Amino acid sequence: MINVKNLDKSFGDARVLKDISTTIEKGEVVTVIGPSGSGKSTFLRCLNKLEDPSGGSVVVDGKDIMDPNTNINDVREQIGMVFQHFHLFPHMSVLDNLAYAPTKVKGLSKADAEARAQDLLQKVGLSDKAEQYPSRLSGGQKQRVAIARALAMEPDTMLFDEPTSALDPEMVKEVLDVMKSLADTGMTMVIVTHEMGFAREVADRVLFLDEGRLVEDAPPATFFSQPESERAQDFLAKIL
Amino acid sequence: MNLDFTQVIPSLPFILQGIGVTLSIVAVALLFGFVLGVFLSLLKIGKYKTLRFLADAYTSIFRGTPLVLQLMIFYYGLPQLIEMDVPAYLAAVLTFGLNSAAYVSEIIRAGIEAVDEGQKEAAMALGIPYSEMMKDVILPQAMKNILPALMNEFITLTKESAIVTVIGVMDIMRRAYIVGGDLYLYLEPLIVAGMIYYALVMGLTLLGKRLERRLRHSD
Repeated sequence: MINVKNLDKSFGDARVLKDISTTIEKGEVVTVIGPSGSGKSTFLRCLNKLEDPSGGSVVVDGKDIMDPNTNINDVREQIGMVFQHFHLFPHMSVLDNLAYAPTKVKGLSKADAEARAQDLLQKVGLSDKAEQYPSRLSGGQKQRVAIARALAMEPDTMLFDEPTSALDPEMVKEVLDVMKSLADTGMTMVIVTHEMGFAREVADRVLFLDEGRLVEDAPPATFFSQPESERAQDFLAKIL
Repeated sequence: MNLDFTQVIPSLPFILQGIGVTLSIVAVALLFGFVLGVFLSLLKIGKYKTLRFLADAYTSIFRGTPLVLQLMIFYYGLPQLIEMDVPAYLAAVLTFGLNSAAYVSEIIRAGIEAVDEGQKEAAMALGIPYSEMMKDVILPQAMKNILPALMNEFITLTKESAIVTVIGVMDIMRRAYIVGGDLYLYLEPLIVAGMIYYALVMGLTLLGKRLERRLRHSD
């Protein structure tokens, strides 16, 4: 469970997140949508402290990430993250990309970590790519490897930062399919996305951000059919 | 024109023995300079302001003064402070190592900063501690980018090592000079020394090219 309370974030004079409060329950799939520059990604990056919140609090399973006594790496171990531009380790094979963190952080033996990696690669349909280097893969394949790499740490929660935005259109589906099946397993997921169809179909809840404020927090059925705010109505009219 | 290499031939073994001396100075200084250079570069990108300042000041001083001056300070000047003679070989290795570290640290700092910020974020998001991230994720990628610049520095070091002659270390240069003095014939032994240095530099260049190719396998 992630408890966000009065979260604020400023970069210099620019206040990009304003007083955001919400709770992400275990097993919930939450999509974060909104116009570009609305603070979606910053919000997501505050959840695992890739950005330092300027105010308010983020509590992950009872651990306050702002508390200087909290070892942030313990929290990050529980939260997987998938980036728009994959950020696979280019100097490691696909298998090593997956096995690296579990051996370093969780203390798994190399053999165990590699067995787990093989298992995950099979789940994302890339068993045959284990020995390849990331540069040999297509965008969709890279993103599936990135998802598998995050899952190799056996996190409780997965964060997705526009996971399909950098992909060629024909590769979007293969990544969304992996995410869908992940949601079916009961994984807690927070997804920043522009894929409205996906949000409508998979999400339990939609957060709509505009100019750093959380404007709507509603189930997708409600949000997409009868958004309360004018800003959300406007946004939906433009993209749907 | 009266070039006469025949007179130098008996002295060739004497000059060639300098290769070992030169290489041992270069190798030790290189290793020392590299380790210290990595350390300094990590200070330079670290979060501690004082350490950053010290590392920058170090670089600035070693880059801002002549190498031959540094060498003389270590050989002639230092004994005055520690009231102990500094052997020429030690002074040479120390000077070249410390000097090289200043240049290497700048090369590595630039290399680290050129690695995509996303790599760091990906490692952080996986909960990987800073030191492990540097060692396993950032530095290996930085090394690949900076290998040409690093090889350049090593080549410079090999050539510049000739100035240890001024403190009497029996390297290639010094031996060629001595032979010149003995025979009263300078050009020929100096040409021989030049050929030896050139061969060493070409060897290093080839080695660097081979290393680069090996590192490129993941592209």
